Amino acid sequence: MTAWRTEGGTAIDRTRPLRFTFDGRSVAGFAGDTVASALLAGGVSIVGRSFKYHRPRGLWGAGVEEPNALLDIAGGMPNTRATQVLAADGLAVRSVNAEPSAEKDRHAFLDAFSRFIPAAFYYKTFMFPDWHLFEPRIRQMAGLGTLDGAVRAPAFAEQVNHHCDVLVVGAGPAGLAAARDALRAGRRVVLCDDGRQAGGSLLFRAATIEGKPGAAWAADVVSELEQAGALVLAGTTAFGIYDHHLAGLNQKGEGGAPDRLWRVRAKSIVLATGAIERPLPFGNNDLPGIMSAEAALVYLRRFGVAAGRRVVVATNNGLAYETAQALSAAGADVTVVDYRADAPSPEGLRVLTGRTIVKASGRGAVSAVRLSDGSVLEADAVLASGGFTPTVHLYCQAQGKLDWRDDILAFVPGRPVEGVEVVGAAAGDFSLPAGLAEGAGQDLGIVAAWPKSRAKERVWIDLQNDVTAKDVELAVRENFVSVEHLKRYTTLGMATDQGKTSNVNGLALVAELTGRRIPEVGTTTYRPPFTPVPLASFAGARSGTRMSPLRRLPLEREHRADGATFREYGGWLRPAFYGSGAPEDRIQAEATATRAGVALFDGSPLGKIEVVGPDAGSFLDFIYYNTMSTLAPGRCRYGFILSEAGNIYDDGVLVRLDENRFVVSCSSSHVAGVHALLEEWRQDRFDRRRVFIHNATAEMATLTVTGPQSRALLEAIGLGLDLDDAALPHMAVAMGRFEGQAARIARVSFTGERSYELSVPADHAASLWSRLRREGQAFGATLLGLEALMVLRAEKGYIVIGKDTDGTSRPMDFGLTAPLERKKVEFIGRRSLVTEDAARPDRRQFVGLEAIDGAGVLPTGAHGIEHLAGTPRSLGYVTSSYFSPALQRPIALGLIERGLDRMGDIIELQHLREVRRARIVAACAFDAEGGRLHA
Amino acid sequence: MQLFPCPFCGPRSETEFHFGGDAGNRRPEGFRAVTDGEWAAYLHDRNNPRGAANEIWMHMTCGEVFRMERDTVHHGVAQAFALLEGGGDDGLAH
Amino acid sequence: MTRHYSALSLLKEGLRSQQGWQQAWRSPEPKPRYDILIIGGGGHGLATAYYLAKAHNIRNIAVIEKGWLGGGNTGRNTTVVRSNYFFPESTALYDLALRLYETLGRDLNYNIMLSQRGIVTLAHSEAEMEMAARTVNAMQINGTDAELFGVDEVRRVLPLLNVSPEARYPVFGGVWQGRAGTARHDAVAWGYARAADRLGVDIIQSCEVEEFLIEGGRCRGVKTSRGEIRAERTAMVVAGHSSHLAAKAGFRLPITSYALQACVSEPIKPVLDTVVLSPGTGTYASQSDKGELVIGGALDRVPSYGQRGNLPMLEGVVSGLLEMFPSFRQLRLMRQWAGIVDVTPDSSPILGESPLPGLFLNCGWGTGGFKAIPAGGTLLAHLLATGKHHDISRPFDPDRFARGRLIDEAAGSGIAH
Repeated sequence: MTAWRTEGGTAIDRTRPLRFTFDGRSVAGFAGDTVASALLAGGVSIVGRSFKYHRPRGLWGAGVEEPNALLDIAGGMPNTRATQVLAADGLAVRSVNAEPSAEKDRHAFLDAFSRFIPAAFYYKTFMFPDWHLFEPRIRQMAGLGTLDGAVRAPAFAEQVNHHCDVLVVGAGPAGLAAARDALRAGRRVVLCDDGRQAGGSLLFRAATIEGKPGAAWAADVVSELEQAGALVLAGTTAFGIYDHHLAGLNQKGEGGAPDRLWRVRAKSIVLATGAIERPLPFGNNDLPGIMSAEAALVYLRRFGVAAGRRVVVATNNGLAYETAQALSAAGADVTVVDYRADAPSPEGLRVLTGRTIVKASGRGAVSAVRLSDGSVLEADAVLASGGFTPTVHLYCQAQGKLDWRDDILAFVPGRPVEGVEVVGAAAGDFSLPAGLAEGAGQDLGIVAAWPKSRAKERVWIDLQNDVTAKDVELAVRENFVSVEHLKRYTTLGMATDQGKTSNVNGLALVAELTGRRIPEVGTTTYRPPFTPVPLASFAGARSGTRMSPLRRLPLEREHRADGATFREYGGWLRPAFYGSGAPEDRIQAEATATRAGVALFDGSPLGKIEVVGPDAGSFLDFIYYNTMSTLAPGRCRYGFILSEAGNIYDDGVLVRLDENRFVVSCSSSHVAGVHALLEEWRQDRFDRRRVFIHNATAEMATLTVTGPQSRALLEAIGLGLDLDDAALPHMAVAMGRFEGQAARIARVSFTGERSYELSVPADHAASLWSRLRREGQAFGATLLGLEALMVLRAEKGYIVIGKDTDGTSRPMDFGLTAPLERKKVEFIGRRSLVTEDAARPDRRQFVGLEAIDGAGVLPTGAHGIEHLAGTPRSLGYVTSSYFSPALQRPIALGLIERGLDRMGDIIELQHLREVRRARIVAACAFDAEGGRLHA
Repeated sequence: MQLFPCPFCGPRSETEFHFGGDAGNRRPEGFRAVTDGEWAAYLHDRNNPRGAANEIWMHMTCGEVFRMERDTVHHGVAQAFALLEGGGDDGLAH
Repeated sequence: MTRHYSALSLLKEGLRSQQGWQQAWRSPEPKPRYDILIIGGGGHGLATAYYLAKAHNIRNIAVIEKGWLGGGNTGRNTTVVRSNYFFPESTALYDLALRLYETLGRDLNYNIMLSQRGIVTLAHSEAEMEMAARTVNAMQINGTDAELFGVDEVRRVLPLLNVSPEARYPVFGGVWQGRAGTARHDAVAWGYARAADRLGVDIIQSCEVEEFLIEGGRCRGVKTSRGEIRAERTAMVVAGHSSHLAAKAGFRLPITSYALQACVSEPIKPVLDTVVLSPGTGTYASQSDKGELVIGGALDRVPSYGQRGNLPMLEGVVSGLLEMFPSFRQLRLMRQWAGIVDVTPDSSPILGESPLPGLFLNCGWGTGGFKAIPAGGTLLAHLLATGKHHDISRPFDPDRFARGRLIDEAAGSGIAH
């Protein structure tokens, strides 16, 4: 190919030359050039290698449809289309799938073996001895671009939500006209186009609209739109239409700026997405120098690059004549090969009608074509037009169905989709917008030029994936005649261009081979995205804690000042332990100090959902496994909430503040779930006027004072209430005051020690904490992190939902059978507790496990096992396991089959193939009588 | 992303809603009289229609539980009813 | 004609322009009567037909498919095969499948490209490491391969993974199953179809069930878009349409249908050698032999039969991937799609006779159907041929719901299917 720079070129600035490298070779260009136009102008004919046979390939297109010119950009993105990236000084790009260069690719020899590796050959071989022997080499051969694992670019993409009345996709003549109409009708309009400049075909096809040259008209319409407040987005690809008129747009960031993802919710959508030119099927139609006729016009008029000096324009329709005339006018020697017998011959053009190209030839690039009449034309560029395929991707994503039109040989939008309108070439209308343009519109006048079966030549259908007509024939021979089978078996249309240029030619060949019409063959499903979209655009700023924010305590700063180490617990960032030193030592020390004196614990994430109203008691009887309406005001009761399937969903203490007011304390990670559950049942089964629900979790901070000295510490602070055990016994609640605010004080314990949970408004938490810290000094108060709390509660055999229970646990597994036996009223999950499963004797039950082998703490996650005929079988597993500072020995909790009936038994435990021995004991290992709760 | 019409708040993103099951899936009462089969049917069996569906949803941000008629294939929403006004008997989820 | 696939036959056919290959399967007209009729020409249905013919010597079988073979979830999944399950019932089921997969290419004379590159399920905290240990021990006790990986071992198999302690989901280790991996999904359907066809099974595409023929309270076959087809026993193997067909047969199923999305990146040279799943980010990924990253996540939130992707889920899944592999920010998304999965209350499948006598069910695989295809086929074939459950399928009978004996993996291990 001997392309050259002509005069003109509306996209480039000849006063600003630049240089970049391609496969290490320096290439010149001008500001405004794409890498593709600069490569073309610079005489680089081989821009890439094909996926399978490593055939040399040149530019076919000028836009999103380009199948061949894929590049790795240094420090940037693999597989970038040369047609879509601007040339820039210092840019370094490499062809993909070629070593060391596209020009001299060491795997080029594979083409010589192509007859033995047809479509889908890999399903027929590599079975002996084993696929694994062959796979690594094939894996290395596959793939296109190369990812640089050290590069983390691009930067975070922005994401924008936008609402409008009308979204117009495509800023060609039809889209501009539609956008202007909508604007003038008073609508809020968004117009987007994947080109850097609005205008679409008006930027390279000659047209006069409303008395102006097309490009000038386009510019005027854009400024009218912008002045009236419409949003015009250039360089922006509408890649998907999702449910309820949500469009996804990706706006390309220029000059190193990040891309931007737009989520546009439009009341209606106009698709003016144009059409994409198809290749002509002839032998060796993949040779470099064979280019889309329309693309050649783009390169000439936009970039001032003529594709060749001896040019053959081959066409089955009228639209390619503009390319022929323009190149001829630029000084190229042009011959038109028109497949139509009765084509009109414009003056000054050499036109051979009623002839087709049979085969192209040339080494590394096209040098001649042989015609159906046997004649041979020498050519350094063959510009082909096999007709146009309307870009219907978005219409189909919006659940549209296609119709076939014989007059233009294309699928076009069929039945209307509510709120979606398709206009212009995308709708199969190749004329300029009615009433605007002057003179005759474009006449497609197309005749069929489909791939033929039993051709001797190698005719390419899908350029990137190396699918030939023979491959399609093979698939049909093997009965892969469904269009989806064809696609999957041959990989036709599955390359990064997703078949934009290849699909219809493939369908036509299958139609011929199977004696069907093309619409009977049908199309494959159009999937988003229309063209590949950077993953970074979808992620936006969702990274690190922005991806999934952690919930934080009101007192985080205070805990940090106290040297807390934070960890995530159920979505909350909480102090695991305080101070420096070995974590295990810190944890043991905190637990020891708690039992010896007094400790302060931040329990703020604990759920606090208020249930209020005259029916609150009966409502909670339904919600809880336990009977709650009998709870006296001022008292607390521990209970389970079950699922309807009868499994333990949550546990916690219910507080009755007065006759009509309860507080549900649920696990911190279950607040949202329990709240929704309460609300759903309230509205479903209860009189909504007589029971209300209010989630006060975030309003109130809860600080726990626990240990034998806890009452003394609280008395030192003075909360305005009687702390005597007669007035406030274990499992009682009372109201006090702190800094003039109501403070709720509940005697509930998760440590087994005397404990007080103080709940105050969250904005008073810091001063309460500091009071407790200050007054606590006299008592040697320790700070208690979550890890030490876990040890303390495990010594007592108190459970943690999700750790000591699993999703199959039922209340009887914890020895709690009374409500099921005695409760008079219905509750959630009740019927599920009398199924075969609930009654089975071999349930896994909650027990303690005492290591008896002297080998230290049992591993959490170890399974109890028994052997049946030499095969191990799991009896359940260790759920919690620690070294107990109070007992100075390991303790463990677990769910063990029939555990409650096997107290004292010794079982084997298996962990990572090693075996331990433990005795089944009561879950509570410390202070079984509970005396310390009152001490 | 679908838009669902909360009868209380208006159209909101699907991410704000919680699916509550088939409308009219009544909870069998009086547990002693309920057979395993009846209970399992309530607990597990679903209409799961391909096309027109009649379902209970909860708008989690405002807490409204309501009935919605929608299409499970093309995702068009026909109507939403507050349970108090016209959701009617049929609206009960349990 | 060339029937057998081998390197030699490829060479031979290469010399004569691939002209001699036999059809992969015939396109027969449906007969009015078969011994056994299988509704659904996906992996499970085709495998059922193959094992009926091969293992039980029943040849008068039809598989009817309303669209094209493998066009349902068999052709829409992310191709992962594994048996890293918690309960012994699940392990027995999925390990049977994995063992059959290990020889399937040679058994079918079709390269299904089973690639046992291993799967690591990450653990992001000490609590998750305890859960991982619980799972690994269960798997080892149940007789399948599993290792507990620490962070160094994770880094060894996933060099590009972000294992910084500062990561939002720091990596503490994970559950490793080395025998897990991927298989070429289409090839599984096509391989079974070709092998079943060779054994005389009629595979009838574009044949949609209109109604069931119910006589004397028993299923006697179906009326289809291509006429009535009668059979002694009928099986319904129609993932994504199970409730719809069940309604035609007059019963409801414990199934809710959801779209499960997946997507692929543009193809690149190898960067990810194993399958990786992160419960923290909710994303899993592998790299296909063609070079595409195959990416998936959780179910959509709204019950649906729309086989379309949506944006919020995609954004979440991709964010998760980039959180795990920051260098993948350089890649582009090439294609997004969704399959419709049948989700049961315990996310375990349903295998057994339906409430309509004579009609048998294979459904409810949720997101895990592909990996189970050889087992689903083997077990349903056993049931259809003998009228009795295989030991492995017995726990998955639909009667488990009334008995309360669910097999809920997420409940047991904290990790969903």
